Amino acid sequence: MNTSLDLTAPTLVDAKEDCALIFELSQPGRVAYSLPECDVPTTEDEVSSWLPDEFKRSDAAALPEVSEVDVIRHYTGLSRRNFGVDNGFYPLGSCTMKYNPKINEDVARYAGFAKIHPYQPVSSVQGALELMHTLQTDLAALTGMDAVTLQPAAGAHGEWAGLMMIRSYHEARGEKRTKVIVPDSSHGTNPASATVAGFETVTIPSNAKGMVDLDLLRAAVGSDTAALMLTNPSTLGLFEEQIVEIAEIVHEAGGLLYYDGANSNAIMGITRPGDMGFDVVHLNLHKTMSTPHGGGGPGAGPVGVKSILIPYLPAPIIEKLENGSYDFAAASPHSIGRVKAFYGNFGILVRAYTYIRTYGPDGLRRVSECAVLNANYMMARLKDYYEVPFAGPCKHEFVMSGSGLKKYGVRTLDVAKRLLDFGYHPPTIYFPLNVEECIMIEPTETESKETLDGFIDTMIRIAKEAEEDPELLLNAPYTTPVTRLDETNAARKPVLNCACS
Amino acid sequence: MKKHRYIPMTQQNERDMLAAVGAESIEDLFVDIPKNVRYEGTLPMSSALDEAGLLRHMTRLAGKNADSDRYASFLGAGLYDHQVPVVINHVISRSEFYTAYTPYQPEVSQGELQAIFEFQSYICELTGMEVANASMYDGATAMAEAASLASAATRRKKIVIASTVHPETREVVRTYAYGLGIEVIEVGFDNGVTDLGKLESLIDGDTAAVLVQSPNFFGAVENVRAISDLVHAQKGLLVVGANPLSLGLLEAPGKLGADITVGDAQPLGISGSFGGPTCGYFAVSKALMRKIPGRIVGQTTDKNGKRGFVLTLQAREQHIRRDKATSNICSNQALLALSASVYLSIMGRQGLIDVCDLNLKKAHYAAKQLSGIQGVELAFSSPFFNEFALKLPEGTDINVLSEKLLEEGFIGGYNLSREYPELGSVMLIAVTEKRSKEDIDRFAEILEGSL
Repeated sequence: MNTSLDLTAPTLVDAKEDCALIFELSQPGRVAYSLPECDVPTTEDEVSSWLPDEFKRSDAAALPEVSEVDVIRHYTGLSRRNFGVDNGFYPLGSCTMKYNPKINEDVARYAGFAKIHPYQPVSSVQGALELMHTLQTDLAALTGMDAVTLQPAAGAHGEWAGLMMIRSYHEARGEKRTKVIVPDSSHGTNPASATVAGFETVTIPSNAKGMVDLDLLRAAVGSDTAALMLTNPSTLGLFEEQIVEIAEIVHEAGGLLYYDGANSNAIMGITRPGDMGFDVVHLNLHKTMSTPHGGGGPGAGPVGVKSILIPYLPAPIIEKLENGSYDFAAASPHSIGRVKAFYGNFGILVRAYTYIRTYGPDGLRRVSECAVLNANYMMARLKDYYEVPFAGPCKHEFVMSGSGLKKYGVRTLDVAKRLLDFGYHPPTIYFPLNVEECIMIEPTETESKETLDGFIDTMIRIAKEAEEDPELLLNAPYTTPVTRLDETNAARKPVLNCACS
Repeated sequence: MKKHRYIPMTQQNERDMLAAVGAESIEDLFVDIPKNVRYEGTLPMSSALDEAGLLRHMTRLAGKNADSDRYASFLGAGLYDHQVPVVINHVISRSEFYTAYTPYQPEVSQGELQAIFEFQSYICELTGMEVANASMYDGATAMAEAASLASAATRRKKIVIASTVHPETREVVRTYAYGLGIEVIEVGFDNGVTDLGKLESLIDGDTAAVLVQSPNFFGAVENVRAISDLVHAQKGLLVVGANPLSLGLLEAPGKLGADITVGDAQPLGISGSFGGPTCGYFAVSKALMRKIPGRIVGQTTDKNGKRGFVLTLQAREQHIRRDKATSNICSNQALLALSASVYLSIMGRQGLIDVCDLNLKKAHYAAKQLSGIQGVELAFSSPFFNEFALKLPEGTDINVLSEKLLEEGFIGGYNLSREYPELGSVMLIAVTEKRSKEDIDRFAEILEGSL
């Protein structure tokens, strides 16, 4: 049993108490702020002349009145009711919950990175531009692409930006291509991004091996195909062995290939999307490059493209001038435009660059090797207890099915909830959609064999519990600050804020 | 590269694990990757550095940038140099927050879920709107998503956006609109605020929404209520972009007729970071609740009747609806939303009023001092909050002036002629509570001497 986060330990008992909303702590007259005295001369007449009364706020915002200690205790209390990678194993498939190195956090807080403004003269931000330029070059090398934009704020944002470039490319050639093909194992963001870019989505089922069905692909492509979006290795953790043929089929039909880089942690230095035939790729720096997920964000989703798409890149790109200094390149007249304010999530780029420099290219290759070995080891040890629909070798993640437990009245959800009692964050569940009662496990390279063994033993124990005492699973978890929550009522009668005033 | 501090795999582990898998070598695990797409050799990337060497390297890079600890900044234009209470960094450095994923497992994510619920509550309170989401990438993409929502909700394909909206926001809106097949029309300004006469003539029965920003890019306060009347007369929606800090002083957009209020929470305790990550916010009227993009947290109860929080209304989202989702957004800016929440907790009811008062007074003092310089005047006479456009003598090269100011330890204002060449030599000056009278007086002196 993993004891790294034993929620029953007496020190954490208070985490089980209801935690008041910050608004409920308010006491009139209490303050937590420190502001300077006003040191500029003003008269009351002057002040009242500056803004017409109808522009002024009629009722003060009902913000809480608390002390600094209240604030710290409140948020510390909340943090103790939350589980992160630093608390324990977090094998959430397709999310790459690897360790978030502390040096990344330290350097991103340097004033020279954290306290600079995007509109300062370029002469005063040469270090920032140098970092971005180097990162562009490094990511292009890693993915086998010709150019990289650091603008997109997240993976889905990168997908949409990439698809917009594909759209502009086809339009510039006078072609009207309206369809984007995705396999049924794709991330939900793929079809959603296609819609926002003005495309229709065509979903093709995977074959029995979990791979793209080439016959179905051939039947699906045509003169209206704008692109195929593919995650490789797929969300099933499988490498598309026929990727070269897939690329040929799509390219012959005049379409382009989009690489969803969510699963890049499997292939660094081993194979590159550019060499497989992809034309566009996004990377999730918050997955592959160890930047923290932040409880939902911020992330960063840089996009790499082959030379045919360079004219369509969103502005701006950083360039190195002949004199060795750095500047923003003028936008191409064919650019899709701007996708985000300023220059992307720079603070995340600093962390990703720092991470790359702790490893170098040989180290990144070792990252992928270990991530893949860890996943294969877990799959090998668990395959006798849970159904593994696709034989290995897997890449950085694999899927199992909890359908074998249904005969005991137990579902994958119950296994996940029971895992919480042992101090583990559960794997991704019910995704991908083409595997029944799916359990998707991604250990990452930063977990030790002992951690993996502890988790595996727990999964085996839970499978036995399902057989012997299914009620135990159905009512889990027992050790968390709250038990299972009423999600139906939450959606039916939404309470979405505290309606303070 | 066999050993690294982030990789616990020992040689013995590797042997044991390969044996368990039934593989001879790690290479066996990659047999499924065709030989002709394998990468041979070492990638041409930046090399590895040891910890001390890496810290030196990063210190050197950071040292080449002029930061606002060392320079007094009068630069705003959508990103402001406010005091960030030190408490915020301590809270967001709690790794239970920053190393967590999106709260998919609510039983072990109550801290994050409650923090988001409180953020939503804060945004509703400030904006006067009924529903807010968990946050968006930034203010610019939030406004683009607002255009998308408005078009979907009204089934109309045209939006009118004020040219006083941040230029980069307008560009982002155009990019999204192109993808969605929405026509974008811009309306000009008069005396630094949206020209209401022109606006009225551009709104018709096909107008999904009018998008304005207040305070606008010039710092001027728009007549939101009047704009609301114009767009609602044609049954279109009003989208207001608002600096959330300014709402300690200015009327809540929800009370002025906004159907959607968006903006960037950067002024609420988020450091500039060269423009990102910041935190977009997104708030709507109750009628639009089920069309809002992104994550939303709702309050509910557990099996024992205890209060708890969950992600809710997920039927709108991409992981459920795929190509029919209201947006493709998956992540949000949770950690920055937390920063904004901690900021508002620290400031509280009185602090937000006081900080707005300081911004207002210092900005107006600066406007008075700077416009007193020979040949210099305010570009507009419209009311403003903490930022204003300063017209410099014709032909003043603002880029040269900015370099001169840097030499004197100041980061000067934004060169408005970049995006609005018709205005001539105009500098956009932001003055926050961090600027002292001494900073302002010295800045005025240097400016005068440089013209």
